[in-house]
Amino acid sequence: MPAVISRKSKITHWIFMFLILVVTIVYLIPIYWVISTSFKPFKDVTAIPPKVFFKPTITNYVKLFTKRVQVRSENELKELRRHAKWYEKGVLKQGQKIIGISPFPARLLNSIISAVFSTMLAVSLGTFTAYGFSRFKVKGEGDWLFFILSTRMLPPVVVTIPLFLMYRFFGLTDSRLGLILLYTTFNVSFATWVMKGFIDEIPREYEEAALVDGYTRLEAFWKIVLPQAATGIASTAVFCFIFAWNEYVFALIMTTRRAQTAPPFIPSQLGIGMIDWGVIAAGASIFLIPVAVFTFVLRKHLLRGVTFGAIRK
Amino acid sequence: MNGNPIQMHRRGLSDMAIKRLFIMPTIVLLILLNIFPLFWSLGLSFADYSAIKPHVKGVNPKWIGGLNYKEVLMDKNIWKYFSITAKYVIMSVLGEFLVGFGVALLLNRKFKAKGLITTLILLPMMMSMAVVGLFWKLLYNPDWGIINYLLGLKKFVWLSNPKMALVAIAITDIWMWSPFVMLLALAGLSAIPEYLYEAAEIDRASWWFKFRRITLPLVSPLLLIALIFRTMEAFKTFDIAFVMTGGGPGDSTELIAINLYRLAFAQWNTGKASAFAYIVLIMIIAISNIYIKYLNKAKEM
Repeated sequence: MPAVISRKSKITHWIFMFLILVVTIVYLIPIYWVISTSFKPFKDVTAIPPKVFFKPTITNYVKLFTKRVQVRSENELKELRRHAKWYEKGVLKQGQKIIGISPFPARLLNSIISAVFSTMLAVSLGTFTAYGFSRFKVKGEGDWLFFILSTRMLPPVVVTIPLFLMYRFFGLTDSRLGLILLYTTFNVSFATWVMKGFIDEIPREYEEAALVDGYTRLEAFWKIVLPQAATGIASTAVFCFIFAWNEYVFALIMTTRRAQTAPPFIPSQLGIGMIDWGVIAAGASIFLIPVAVFTFVLRKHLLRGVTFGAIRK
Repeated sequence: MNGNPIQMHRRGLSDMAIKRLFIMPTIVLLILLNIFPLFWSLGLSFADYSAIKPHVKGVNPKWIGGLNYKEVLMDKNIWKYFSITAKYVIMSVLGEFLVGFGVALLLNRKFKAKGLITTLILLPMMMSMAVVGLFWKLLYNPDWGIINYLLGLKKFVWLSNPKMALVAIAITDIWMWSPFVMLLALAGLSAIPEYLYEAAEIDRASWWFKFRRITLPLVSPLLLIALIFRTMEAFKTFDIAFVMTGGGPGDSTELIAINLYRLAFAQWNTGKASAFAYIVLIMIIAISNIYIKYLNKAKEM
């Protein structure tokens, strides 16, 4: 870098900075708009022209989590208003009263459970398998690894036709266990490939020294390799979690109510009665939060994740 | 392995046992939930079978040989859906390539908060495709949607318009996945050694010359990986389109994955759907073979 930056290069620098800012804003507008819609009062959601400034409200979130009925009589409404708790006020303003909890929290819980358990299973299996391939001579290693990854490339709709029959036979349709098994299978190939990349990077000398010291192979794996691979395991786990959390096709076909996750549930609300876009935006926002947080956690490993560990930078 | 491994393990499981113990569970799981179902559906693809009708021997399923395949391949509509899908793949992958590579070129310099900005741009790619499709529906609303407002288009109809619906879905796909191309291109760009450009500078090479002779050849392996992967994924597209249009209006966005879903889980024509699925599968395997080959090549770089 030259000590004195010429005026011309300074100007180009600012032009580029301006362009970068514009690009970033363009990418973020859709996300911003959903989140802001989720905080809009009912009539501002469909305002023409679209409202940028409005009085934020949490009513959409309250509606997302509750079942409500329209209150007919003015007197009842007045009475309800007097005892209203903080979260009930916005709903009452629209002439509705809360009569219970909506299916949304249960669907969200299904999402959490199937994502968490499938991630734990897939990452454990993947780490073991990756260690096996990384440290031992396996006949036809390339072919096996190729086979493992190719299962990941299959279009979900294709695999689901026979899986649906199989699940029906075993009574696994609309069950969390069924979904967990599916997501584990879906993620284990990814976990194996990414973990193999991480384990390949750990020098063998550490384990070999431990083996000389009288550790068994298993002990060396637990006490030497796993701690060294901790960062890799954590980032693989976050990726698996996001894949399972976002998954739509399997959940759409294999679950209907009890085990249904949020991704098929939120759009299915579109068809029911009047479309309340504020509530749908609230559902989408809640669903996006963990992903946004995890993207920042993962930022150093994103490249590695999206290329199945092939490119490490 | 070096040294004398036999002497090392007097206690505990042998390496052979551990190798099997560590690798087998994954293979078994994949065989049970991927390979076995695939063979099952291969069988079904030769039968006249509907999964919701009662099982009657000789009637449901009824073996009909290659008739399902013939029916699929002779179906004019299915060829139409293939051509819609091809259009969609070309639009979205080309768009992702141009936008993603463009943004990568823009970001490939030193500036403040580079890490933060890159991560922010990568956010769309990490989101649920179904939820993205859902909220783009909100953005595309002809009356009060933000897109028409920002572009100054009055009441322009996107998703209910047979001419624009596929384009609208492709735009959403580009928004979501151009960051993926950007991420790989950026990795390629930042690996180009500075001295190449400095040498070209001394020769007073033009911007275009540097781009064509240095930048492009050195980023192309990674760009190629991004493109093959995106082609494969775009070919399989289901979530976004299904949530945004459900194949409509009419059949203007009926991608093959959507049609396959409809055939299998709405019309319950399980036999024909399996045959259709196998045809799609062979195409996907062809693309994914190329993809994994390139991935392995990149690994050696």
